[in-house]
Parts: sequence; C-alpha cells; structure tokens
Amino acid sequence: MTKKRLADVATQIRAKNAGPFWLTLDVFLPDAAAFAELLGKALTAEKVAALYHVAAADVSIYPMADLNVVKISMPRPFVQGSFEDRDMHSGQQHVPLMGLSWH
Amino acid sequence: MASQTSLPVKILVPTGMLGSGFPPETVAAGIRLGAQAIAVDGGSTDSGPHYLGQGVAKSAAASVRTDLEALIPPAHAAGIPIIVGSCGTSGTDSGVDWVASIVAEVCQAHGLAKRVARIYAEQDPGDIAVRVEAGLTRPLPPAAPLDVETVRKCDHIVGLMGHEPIAAALEAGAEIVLAGRASDTAVFAAFALLHGAPPGPTWHAAKVAECGGQCTTSPHLGGVLVTLDAGGFDIEPLAAESACTPESVSAHMLYENADPYRVIEPGGQLDTSQARHIALDQRRVRVEGSLFHPAATHTIKLEGAGRVGYETISFVGIRDPMILSQMGTWSEFLEGYLQQRLREVLGLAADQYQVALRYYGWNGVLGDLEPDLSAPKEVGVHFTARASDQATATAIAKIANPLLLHMPLPGMTHFPSFAFVTSPAEVERGPVYEFLLQHIALVVDPDELFRTELEDVK
Repeated sequence: MTKKRLADVATQIRAKNAGPFWLTLDVFLPDAAAFAELLGKALTAEKVAALYHVAAADVSIYPMADLNVVKISMPRPFVQGSFEDRDMHSGQQHVPLMGLSWH
Repeated sequence: MASQTSLPVKILVPTGMLGSGFPPETVAAGIRLGAQAIAVDGGSTDSGPHYLGQGVAKSAAASVRTDLEALIPPAHAAGIPIIVGSCGTSGTDSGVDWVASIVAEVCQAHGLAKRVARIYAEQDPGDIAVRVEAGLTRPLPPAAPLDVETVRKCDHIVGLMGHEPIAAALEAGAEIVLAGRASDTAVFAAFALLHGAPPGPTWHAAKVAECGGQCTTSPHLGGVLVTLDAGGFDIEPLAAESACTPESVSAHMLYENADPYRVIEPGGQLDTSQARHIALDQRRVRVEGSLFHPAATHTIKLEGAGRVGYETISFVGIRDPMILSQMGTWSEFLEGYLQQRLREVLGLAADQYQVALRYYGWNGVLGDLEPDLSAPKEVGVHFTARASDQATATAIAKIANPLLLHMPLPGMTHFPSFAFVTSPAEVERGPVYEFLLQHIALVVDPDELFRTELEDVK
C-alpha cells in the first residue's frame, strides 16, 4: 500500500494564533471521502502531539463534516512573543502537520 | 438612540483593522444599502506583546488618519455612528487618546462637530491584585491560577469590555465611540443589541463580520454589510464583484478560533453548532439557528504584558557550501564556544542571560520541529541576546560578533569570514515584553472595570 502525506491530500492547510497562548491548525479536504479517510485512519491526537512536541492530552481535534474541514488546536508550544517563540503569528506552524503520513 | 426593538438593523464593517486600509467606495456602498452604524476593530494581540507592554500602536498614525478620513465625513452626512474597538492596537488608555487625537484632527479639518465617547479599559495592577487576593480571578487554559506577583510584573493590563459600555455610550448620544480593549465582537454587537437584535445571531454575525471582507470570496475588495432581524442575519459584501457564500461565511468561524463552534463572551457563550447557512442568491448568505447561552457570572478577560529584559540582535549570512554541508556540526561548535566565551569574559551565570541562534534557511522558522535538515544553499544566522539591561545584552552580542564573523568547522586550518550586512552588526531592540496574563476577572456589573468620558469635538 502506498504511503499518503497530508500535504498531498489536503487542498489547504493553515496555521494561526488563537490568542497569545493557543495554536490552531485548519485542514481543508477536497471531499467527504478524504475527510472520512483522514479521521478514520490517519489523524490522532498522538500523531499530532509527536509532530509538535506537546502532550497528546493537550491536542483537540474538531471534525467539521459539513465543510470537509478538520480543526486542530493546542496550547502554543511557546507563548507568543516569548524568548523561544520563532513565529509571532504562528503563520508557518502548519508545516510539521503537512508531513503527517499514513498507509 | 432608541433602545426599544427596531428591527431589522443594518451594520457596516469596512475592514478588519482600522489603519489597514479599504476602498473608500465600501463606505458609500454600505450607506446606500441602509447601514445604520459603522463598526471597526482597531486592535489585536496578534502582533505580539510589545504594543501592550509599551502602550504604543502598531499602525502608523497616517494610515489610521486615512481610514478615519474615509469614515467620518460620510458617516456624518448619513447621520450614523462610528464605533471603534481596541483603539491603538492594544486598547490601552494611551491608545484611546491617540485615536481620539486623530479623530479630532479629522473633525477639525472637515469642520465637523461630533460627540465623542472615550471608553477606557486599562486596569491598575494594584486594583487587579486586590481582586486576585479576593479570589475573583480565574485562569483560562493553559494558564495557572493568577498570583499577585505576576500582576505586579505587568507594565499594562487591559480588560476586554463586552458590549455594555459601548451601548451605554451610544445611548448617551455618542456619535463616535472610541473603545479601549474590547472583544472583537462587542464593537459590532453593541449597536445590534441596543436595537433589540437577538443575542445568538448578533454574536455570530459579529464574529463573522469582525474581519470585514475576510468572510467573502475577495477580501481585498472591501467590507461587508450585516442585516439582523428577529430570526437571524444576512451578510453581503459591499463590492459588486465579491461574494459571500455559505462556505466563505462558515469557514470564517475557524479563523483565529481554537474551537470552531463556541466563542466565550463576557456575558455568555456563542454556540454556532446548530447554525444553518443558506445562500440567498449568488452573493448573499442568511444564517439562522445561532445560539447564545448566558453565563451565570459575568467575566472580563484580562490581558497583561510586562518587561522581561532588553535585547540586542545581529544577523550574518553564510553562502560557503563547505560550512553549509555541516550545519549541525558548525552550529553546535559555535554555540558551545560562545557559552564558554560568555563565562570567561563577562562572568555571567546561566540564569543571567539568554542567547538564541536561529539559522534561517536551515531551521530558522521551525527550530526543533524542522523535519528537513538537509544542506541548504544559503543561511542567515539570526542572533539574539537578552539580559536584564541593554548594556549587558549588547556586550553579549559584541562577544558573539567575532564568532559569527569567523567561526570555523572543527579541524579547519583557516578562519572563514561570513557576510554581515550592517555596521555596526549589533542592533539594540530596547526593552522587550511578554504576555503574562491569560485570566478572567469575575464581575457583578459589566461596566465596573471601564470608564467613559464624553466630549464634544469641533
């Protein structure tokens, strides 16, 4: 079975702050089949947690079937504007999620 | 201003941020369609803690003035109020006064007399400390309970007002309301609720419209007009070539929201999980079924930022393929030697300073999360030193300078030289701030943390 990457399946993946303490990721999928496949097989809080170096218990996944969208939110790995923060608006933080893969 | 039910009510949102610019036609189009008020947000935490920490605006005065020039004369001619929220980016008292001074200039230039309300949202840290000790604050995830020491570290604290102080200012006859820090939605909701619009559709419409045209298919073409009635709301773009679609409107609930169906407001919670989006035609959407669940206790979110030190930065470029083929080795060698030099030369303990090296082109944006560490073509090394005073931060950067200029790979028999772009290489950033509060204050009266001043500006 060939390996699939989220970057190749999703129509758009984006990231943004949801206030200074939260990171939110939106995954737009092309159709209900892709939506069902992602939620059924590939996307788990544990996998997201590993990509972002956070605890799985901190990852919330919101399926939005009417839009074929999955929203993922977690506390920012570093608070916005703190010394360790590298991305003030969290604008590029979707890139680790692009590498989510499954068979 | 009538506080009895007088629906439908129409509100124009020209842009998501005062000072970001919008086509002036958007205002004329909204007024032609019957807009009864203009609501516009003037702030956000999204650009970081500096603006709240220092009480200064992100926008240029000239761009705020340009937007107010496009709003005030047409609103005056139409006899409709303008409501601006979170004035001056962070909504500090200085931000309210700054926008008020620009409003006064515009009114004077056009010979307009306007009744202007300033609603101040800044909080005295001493007063907040009293509330902490009285057990009247709560943490929001992921924060810990608030303590007095954290409050005292804040240089500025603001409370996010709900619609109540804004509605009161409109009822008192204000034609231009300049609110300090307010929830993005309160700026819009105040006028609608005053006219008897139902709270579920009002808060939902406020959330969808708060970014102006961002809920349309062509966000750059201008703002939106919302029409609220007893059963829901209609939303339409003000540019003929743009459109609101069920997808563009419902997708905007995702934007900058951790939870796509629920938004907490001071007086309760918006719940859009049952909302239905109906295309009225090719470019207008109707939304019904939005709910608002009132809270038992009124809560005001607090934002606070405090100075945490001073920073000095420098930036150097690397293009030599030999170094770039071994970035991991080179960066470890550099960082290890730098720590040794700082101990030897400045005698600083590890907790007295912080340094960060970010290798743009290699791992600059993602750091430890970077999945691809293959050899880059070019790297910009961004160096940051933070210390408790500017002189120490700059001394650290100066000690780093010869390393950033000449650091070899282990075993190299010569010193390479890298590409600094400026002289001096060091740039002093001044004081730096961090967000310190993620908490709410429990209040009895929604207005109790806010102060309103009315003034006739001529």
